[in-house]
Amino acid sequence: MSNSTLSYASSKAAPRAIRDIRPPLLELRNLSTHYVSQQGTRVVPAVDDVTLSIRPGETLGVVGESGSGKSTLALSILRVLPTAARIVNGQILFEGEDLVTKSDSEMRHVRGKRIAMILQDPMASLNPLFTIGNQVAESMRVHEGTRRRAAWQRAIELLKSVRIPSSETRVTQFPHEMSGGMRQRIVGAIGISCEPRLLIADEPTTSLDLTIQAQYLALLRDIQREHGLALIFITHNLGIVAKMCDQLAVMYAGRLVEYGPVERIFDNPVHPYTKALLNSIPRIDGMRQRLTAIEGQPPDMARLSPGCAFAARCPMAFDRCRVEAPPSVALEENRTARCWLAVPEPPRAAVGVA
Amino acid sequence: MSTTTITEVAAIRDTGRFRLLRSRDFPLVPVLIILTIALVAVFADFLAPHNPEVGKLAARFKPPFWMAGGSMTYPLGTDQLGRDMLSRLIFGARVSMVVGFTAVIFAGVVGTTLGIISGYMGGWVDQAIMRLTDAWLALPALTFAIFLAAIVGPSEMNIVIILALVYWTRYARIVRGEVLSLKEREFVRLAVVAGCSKWTIMRKHILPNVMNSAVVLASLMLGVVIVAEASLSFLGVGVPPPKPAWGLMLSDGKQGLMVGYWWLTVMPGLCIMLMVLSANLLGDWLRVKLDPQLRQL
Repeated sequence: MSNSTLSYASSKAAPRAIRDIRPPLLELRNLSTHYVSQQGTRVVPAVDDVTLSIRPGETLGVVGESGSGKSTLALSILRVLPTAARIVNGQILFEGEDLVTKSDSEMRHVRGKRIAMILQDPMASLNPLFTIGNQVAESMRVHEGTRRRAAWQRAIELLKSVRIPSSETRVTQFPHEMSGGMRQRIVGAIGISCEPRLLIADEPTTSLDLTIQAQYLALLRDIQREHGLALIFITHNLGIVAKMCDQLAVMYAGRLVEYGPVERIFDNPVHPYTKALLNSIPRIDGMRQRLTAIEGQPPDMARLSPGCAFAARCPMAFDRCRVEAPPSVALEENRTARCWLAVPEPPRAAVGVA
Repeated sequence: MSTTTITEVAAIRDTGRFRLLRSRDFPLVPVLIILTIALVAVFADFLAPHNPEVGKLAARFKPPFWMAGGSMTYPLGTDQLGRDMLSRLIFGARVSMVVGFTAVIFAGVVGTTLGIISGYMGGWVDQAIMRLTDAWLALPALTFAIFLAAIVGPSEMNIVIILALVYWTRYARIVRGEVLSLKEREFVRLAVVAGCSKWTIMRKHILPNVMNSAVVLASLMLGVVIVAEASLSFLGVGVPPPKPAWGLMLSDGKQGLMVGYWWLTVMPGLCIMLMVLSANLLGDWLRVKLDPQLRQL
């Protein structure tokens, strides 16, 4: 067991790992966001010591169970956290500037303009009382002071670019006159209206049926290619990750348990949690296997043990896992895992006790 | 039978303009009453046969025309100073309407604004505004109004301000509640994420969405405010005397009630009742039509 772990780290001296030397667009360094209860007695580390980066034009998939901190991560980047949450540590470097230290009014010029976001339920993301054109134009009017008429024209173009037919008449209509897929594309149009550098999509397809989902994903990819924007894609659908993403970040209990290029992780998952996730998707190729579910429940985030958060459910856990949290281990260029099994010198006791 | 079905189908299909007005449960009579009173108030100068503030002492306590001693000169009789009841009721409509509507609107503006700020800002702002509202609501409305009226002295404008100050709390509470749920809606969060400022969000995304509730509440408050105005006038701290106000007329006529001059009190009483009843019926209907959430209130 321990030998094979070692070989993950060393065997594939990735030829593609050195291809990209551009500076990252967004870099999170040891970012921690905690929810603190009103009396300060309960602290929930929703995002704990997350380090990752994303380059221009790249797509990063963030996966994890509900409550693993994916959305909090996204909200932290935009600094639109609920009042109980605050960023307690770390840096968010976006185009070289640290967003954590920016003032609220400075952040307002980042939101929507340089980093845009599509929310979990785009179906409800439109104000029922205003026309589509009005809402697509809003961001431009807020950020770029575009005149009403010009913004309106631009809204029509944007709707065209997200493939909404007869966009000239659609801009004058209200959200309830649109189908779900259309509303979603409109939200996409709002997202790209100010030509952001980074788009964060928080489970944008969960409320859609499969065919519309596929269309929407294709559209997102086209938009991304055309505008060269980086995309952070939050989802729990690994199929989408496989199709869409370059990089993958797997989160568990607020921590980044595995991070790296998608193919590499899919081929050779290091963290037992990632393995379990991959084993729980049905495959249509090759042998029929039993789908394996991950036993147990995600931990109570307010009462995390000092050890690895996944230890209780991990089939490969050993003593050390329960007492000491594993550090983030660099496996190869741009790839990390948070697991004692990935540490180059695994303790001898590993196999016996598990 | 077949006709009913056809109208029903028509009602379902009816998506045109003013469809609210064509719906079958539209409270036509209350609306007509309010409209009539409003028109009477607007055209009081042309409708009133006599000067409402000057009477002929020779013609005191004349009964309405259908009673013995009554005449068409004074269709609804005269009061203790010989002033024409009909003219006074007509001009009284103006006072009630002006005071009622302006006070409701003032209260609505103050209450809605504070409610939106309170609900959206949250934190200590919310605490401050809501505790103020609680304290305000703990005071009995009418007593508080009398107290304020006693301080600033009676005048029509003062009454409007006093009533607005007394009744804004209801708007604040209901609007705040709406805002609390509204601000968790995705489109508000999208606006935040898109970089809109708090004020832009409150103005563009919150305010239009609470207008329904505010309007419904306003229509229900109209009746309350008109009664309050009448009560203040009745108690002598409302609209100052020679000016005709329904509450004041009620109060002036109350001695006459014992000696058979019933029209002095019944007439303005009827007017108040009709007005308030109509306002409430209209308000109830609007509440059901416009805002399903308010039905529980």
